[in-house]
Amino acid sequence: MSAVDTSRYADRRDAWSERRFVVGDSVAIVWRNLLNIRRNPELLVFATVQPVIFVLMFRYVFGGAIQGSLPAGQTYVDYLMPGVFVQTIVFGSLTTGVGLAEDLNKGLIDRFRSLPMARSAVLVGRTGADLVRNFFVVVLMCVVGFIVGWTIGTDFVRFVAAFVLILGFAYAMSWAFAIVGLSVRDAETAQAVSFPFLAVLVFASSAFVPVATMPSWLQGWAEHQPVSVVINAVRYLTIGSGPGLNASSVPKAIAWIVGIVAVCAPIAVARYRKAT
Amino acid sequence: MASARTTGDGPAIVAEGLVKRFGDVEAVRGVSFEVPEGRVLGLLGPNGAGKTTVVRMLTTLVRPDGGAARVLGLDVRARPQQVRNVIGLAGQYAAIDENLTGRENLRLVGKLSHLAPRDIGPRADVLLERFALSEAANRVARTYSGGMRRRLDLAAALVHQPPVLFLDEPTTGLDPQGRNELWDVIEDLVDGGTTVLLTTQYLEEADTLADNIVVIDHGNVIAEGTAAELKARLGTSTIEIGFRDDDVATTAAGMLASVGGVDRDGKLVHLSVPGEHGAGSMLETVRVLDDARLEPATLVLREPTLDDVFLSLTGHAAEEGDGDGDGAVKTRRRRRQPRAGRAR
Repeated sequence: MSAVDTSRYADRRDAWSERRFVVGDSVAIVWRNLLNIRRNPELLVFATVQPVIFVLMFRYVFGGAIQGSLPAGQTYVDYLMPGVFVQTIVFGSLTTGVGLAEDLNKGLIDRFRSLPMARSAVLVGRTGADLVRNFFVVVLMCVVGFIVGWTIGTDFVRFVAAFVLILGFAYAMSWAFAIVGLSVRDAETAQAVSFPFLAVLVFASSAFVPVATMPSWLQGWAEHQPVSVVINAVRYLTIGSGPGLNASSVPKAIAWIVGIVAVCAPIAVARYRKAT
Repeated sequence: MASARTTGDGPAIVAEGLVKRFGDVEAVRGVSFEVPEGRVLGLLGPNGAGKTTVVRMLTTLVRPDGGAARVLGLDVRARPQQVRNVIGLAGQYAAIDENLTGRENLRLVGKLSHLAPRDIGPRADVLLERFALSEAANRVARTYSGGMRRRLDLAAALVHQPPVLFLDEPTTGLDPQGRNELWDVIEDLVDGGTTVLLTTQYLEEADTLADNIVVIDHGNVIAEGTAAELKARLGTSTIEIGFRDDDVATTAAGMLASVGGVDRDGKLVHLSVPGEHGAGSMLETVRVLDDARLEPATLVLREPTLDDVFLSLTGHAAEEGDGDGDGAVKTRRRRRQPRAGRAR
């Protein structure tokens, strides 16, 4: 090719070339991040050790005490598992931020930004690869759940819907923590900065204990914050109807997922453009 | 790819009054220079002078706050995506994915540069071969040595055959052998017509590789020219005369004070003269000594070095650590001959 005209079509072509390559570039980045996971399988193992311990601890240590505050007819293990799923993927979404901070720190983001690739691809690819990773983690947690006596009170379709909802929320949280990862200088800082948010989201929620047992000033937050809403929706889809279980939690959870992505993704991409 | 070959004969890289502020700090304060196609510009300056920021602006990583920059006629602010099509960047640290093999790293960059899928594999193989990484091609990069990482990084910058290459301190941290290998590669690229902008702390590197040198300090250009011009204008030539005994040396030192700055050390007399007057002063020295019938045992003219130039410009040495000022006695590689008749 020679003598490419750079005059009046150039700006438009710049924008085009970006959008044209979003899918292909994102797939390349997904491939790269999945290779990273495959080369470090221990990371996947560590990602599941902690939630497995939580399952065992809450199921067998605290379960008996908490059982009393559950509505009649619900068993604690059925109550617990949706909480553990969501807790696992929320903590797991931290790896999106940590991974981006690492890429930034090592100069890889500079390389990507100096290539004629789509600006959003690094983030779409990173969150996409983390979605694949989360898929395996949730499958593994399901197996652990079934081993300790978790039962599905509904049907297969609603179980799959619950699964999809969990992954959808994982995807949304990945975008939220991508912002953190692109705002700090290294992986350690990303982790340290994220932890307080994680604690407030995960523990001040209905994940392990019913919100009704909390002080009233906390209940407002604990009832309506996204983690609780998603957990309640997953409970509705896996336990079935019952006291405290409400069909309306499902659309609410979807609204949270869509809302978080709609707000966080543009912010993350803007941060990526400016990252130094 | 070598696509957007645009405005014809203009310079490949143009910086016009580039300005960049970080908060209250003005890191770059109006830097201007041009690099003709197929030439090498060495951007020199002490740490924190603004070299890297200039490179980051030219490679679209950072938006200039003022001024303009064009690469092959493409404005970095208006058409960043097209600029990225024609540039390669190898930064200060090896920007490679340590969990991918050498080949996978190059394939990734090939995909992201939008090479035709069937070209990516062969291109990766060519580069692995050229950078002596074929044997390590299927090993993950975290097992590579420092030199291998740098070579892989440079190879990654070359995947899409960019006509303009930016190298930000490409050899920092490499041992002399690694440095020489990388220099050879860069010289080959330039022989093939690639335009290179190179920042470095090693003046020997600039002397060896660069056609033109721009020195910046505190975000300003403080000197510009070929290595020879800078040395002539700002360096110091030293004439070293050895005598057979101290008395003769003392006598001679007195007579030579008219030629330049005299410094006697036993039987040795050092005469410092401005860089461009080396040869003339040498002649005069010979004349003075001959008239007085003082016969020297040795007579040596030392050309000025870029180290002198740098020292006189910035008040401190360029290299940290091993900057022991012995640049003059370092084994100097042949200077790259200007390639006559390059078709452009």
